[in-house]
Amino acid sequence: MAKLRGRGYAAVNYPTGMNLGGDPTQALVHSTTTGNFVVSLSSVDLGQGLKTVAAQVAAETLGLPYENIIVDTADTDTGPHCMGTFASRGTHRVGNAVIMAAQEAREAMLAAAAEELEVDAEDLETDGTGFIKLKGSEEVKIHVVDLAMAAHFKLGRTIAGRGIFLKERSYPDPETGKMDPDSAQAHACTVADVEVDDETGVIEVLALHNVYEVGRAINPRMAKQQIEGGAWMGISHALYEATDPYYPQRDHGPRDFEEYLMPGPADNAKMESDIIEFPAANGPYGAKGIGEMTANAPIPAIANAVFDACGVRLIEMPFTPESVLRGLDELRASA
Amino acid sequence: MPSSVIEITVNGSEEEFIAKPGTTLLGALRDTLGLTAAKRGCGVGTCGTCTCHVDGEAVMSCLVPVETINGATVRTLEGTTPADGLSPLQQAFLDNFATQCGFCTPGMIMAAEALLAVNPAPTREDVVTAISGNVCRCTGYESIIEAILIAAEATS
Ligand code: FES
Ligand code: FES
Repeated sequence: MAKLRGRGYAAVNYPTGMNLGGDPTQALVHSTTTGNFVVSLSSVDLGQGLKTVAAQVAAETLGLPYENIIVDTADTDTGPHCMGTFASRGTHRVGNAVIMAAQEAREAMLAAAAEELEVDAEDLETDGTGFIKLKGSEEVKIHVVDLAMAAHFKLGRTIAGRGIFLKERSYPDPETGKMDPDSAQAHACTVADVEVDDETGVIEVLALHNVYEVGRAINPRMAKQQIEGGAWMGISHALYEATDPYYPQRDHGPRDFEEYLMPGPADNAKMESDIIEFPAANGPYGAKGIGEMTANAPIPAIANAVFDACGVRLIEMPFTPESVLRGLDELRASA
Repeated sequence: MPSSVIEITVNGSEEEFIAKPGTTLLGALRDTLGLTAAKRGCGVGTCGTCTCHVDGEAVMSCLVPVETINGATVRTLEGTTPADGLSPLQQAFLDNFATQCGFCTPGMIMAAEALLAVNPAPTREDVVTAISGNVCRCTGYESIIEAILIAAEATS
């Protein structure tokens, strides 16, 4: 009886967005009286960090500090339309819509500043700290707070912008079948190191080494957190989670967190995650979607590592001790 | 069974209210006292997101009938937040990207607060044990474990 070590890898290409009847998202950007810019969205942030990314993209495009951005995703009844946050589409679709809206708002901001400073809008630039200034001059400038006040109460101007990103529906070419169903593809590879106990059938994931090509990581720390959270979910799918372990029988089906198995904080594998960036031409600052794919590569990588460790080829998740032991028995019987 | 008058001290303030039999501490905090940091993830003691302190000990408040702790001192996440800024644990969670959806965060921080109160220089294993009753569906735990260790280092 022994603990057998193995290593396996798996790679994944993953589409950003989807191709049903077209895939749009809209954004609206407007300045408040205090020079903060509200980004209105109907896109939902449920922990993936969309609001942070939308604020970063808006700040970058407007040329203002991140602190000046307020992202409002409050109400899908009244907000600009979004297809939803799914299909790894949020950063790409929302990011592009926010860039378009922020560009229009930036033009309105520079036009208002030009009127207030009595210069040409083309000669103005933002300095990233909150000032709109005449290029090459340190004196001729106005802070966005003063500009917003002036726009509202003196100039009678709105500082606002509208944006939409639409991935049009793509139909397959009847001759060749060729089509363009997604906007970009992100790529990843995971190498898994496992240890299989051939007496108990228990698989332990020792380490996962992840590499992701995401176009551009708009927020690298959040991208890394998403990779490692997703890799954890991959381990969980690979080794633990099952709603109907003996499907179609309901026997031993879990009913709460006590019975629904997931790895806990003591079961963590060592993780190492690297990001590679090849900006996508149509991505916001080059970004592609990364959301859903992060749980994918770890699962076949673990299956391949188990095969490498003990010769058992597992094709049904989760890879339970029972399935490992049955596989080992079969190998012995056919040896 | 009649309702009972409950007197407990919550985050330093003395509270008196009437609770129906079987009202949990979690229900009293959220519905009667309006303290909604503690969350109800499962209601049966399996997720830890309702974790609060009763007389200094971390408990799952969904499992505590409030009439059984009459007179006790209760602390919730709200009570660990300074008037200005964030507590060291909150700051470490923020700096270390230890939240995604944040649903587990109140319970994680209260479990960690209880640990650091008795063990200001915990090992990694101590941290893992302290949060082993708390489920996180998003982060994979590692960033949370690290944040707690960083907060411990910063405060000790
Ligand atoms: S709500 Fe109390 S443990 Fe889940
Ligand atoms: S951050 Fe979502 S459950 Fe922990």
